[in-house]
Amino acid sequence: MQQTRSVELGTGLFVLLGVGALFFLTTQTTGSDAFSGDETYRVTARFENVGSLKARAPVAMSGVTIGRVTNVRFDPEQLNAVVEFVIDARYNSIPDDSDASILTAGLLGSQYIGLQPGGSDLYLKDGSEIMFTQSAVVLENLISKYLFSSGGSDDGDEDE
Amino acid sequence: MLRDIYYAFLEFLQTFGALQLFFLQLLRNTPKVLVKNFRLVVHQVYNAGALSLVIVMTCGLFVGGVLGLQGHSNLARFNAEDSVGVFAAFSLLKELGPVITALLFAGRAGTSLASEIGLMRATDQLSAMEMMATNPVRRVLVPRFLGGVIAMPMLAAVFSVVGLYGAHVVGVDLLGVDGGAFWQQIQTTIDKEDVYEGIIKSFVFGVVASLLAVWEGYNAIPTAAGVGRATTRTVVITAICVLILDFMITAVAI
Repeated sequence: MQQTRSVELGTGLFVLLGVGALFFLTTQTTGSDAFSGDETYRVTARFENVGSLKARAPVAMSGVTIGRVTNVRFDPEQLNAVVEFVIDARYNSIPDDSDASILTAGLLGSQYIGLQPGGSDLYLKDGSEIMFTQSAVVLENLISKYLFSSGGSDDGDEDE
Repeated sequence: MLRDIYYAFLEFLQTFGALQLFFLQLLRNTPKVLVKNFRLVVHQVYNAGALSLVIVMTCGLFVGGVLGLQGHSNLARFNAEDSVGVFAAFSLLKELGPVITALLFAGRAGTSLASEIGLMRATDQLSAMEMMATNPVRRVLVPRFLGGVIAMPMLAAVFSVVGLYGAHVVGVDLLGVDGGAFWQQIQTTIDKEDVYEGIIKSFVFGVVASLLAVWEGYNAIPTAAGVGRATTRTVVITAICVLILDFMITAVAI
């Protein structure tokens, strides 16, 4: 009987440890800034070049994540990229002339969309489109501009 | 020549089919065992899991430490030492955790299952149970199988956590990577999907390793040499299956 008790005790400890480890892995190693908006509204923006922006990339304002990119696709008619993203419904007073730019977290980090507030009295709402956008900086273009310092050339929408 | 290959292929198919039927038989008996003989399952979780903790944790610590060292020395060439945490976490969560744990599990728990069941067969204990109207599948095989299936994901998770700790000790404490950057990079890079992939892998490996161990033991030739052969085959076949399955699951997940 004593032995059964210690076996059961050992099993209990083991299972606790295992579940604790699983819990640690799912909560501590994954993103803590997980954007978990239930109520969101959808906004689109067009970019000349989205760089390596992918779905699920964060949308940030003043560095705070307020939304997520849901879809990046190429528009064959206007020949540019359409980025759809959702913004948490709590942030419903963002001026509709805000501008969106594709930024990079850190030197080689992942890309995200940064919003700069505009001055309009009208707010972004479901289905609106951001008019002022700034494309991702492609390192090669930057270097070639610097090397040839031609300034005015506006090539550079190679799509990967 | 061609004929030999043909017969070898037929034999392989037959064994494979028999293994599937055996698996179904185990699954069919699982609910009853869980309800009626839960204690037996608990006992086997202890045998397969709690008793494997020491080897799993020791190996995890050192594997994590090696990842820290290797990652640091390679990433330092690109001035990206901070990414050593991501490097270690990705390797541990998705590949090394489930795979190495499965191999250790086959060596530590699989062999003991196979030899125990094989010896029961060799000493006619299984036949004796049938004589006493006890179903050996329910009494012996299913609890051992379930014990392994339950224990494996937990062992793999413990391995990954201890491995991360090992990488932290080497990377942060010994080599001077910033602790905040270490964790921050891990958290921004790793998705829930990556963790789930590792858990699914370890669960699949648990099923495969336990199934093969029980199967080899149950079908051992009832002699001393036969039991020894069954034990060896358990480790060899489990290792092969786990590595092939790992490739397949990774290919599907990516």
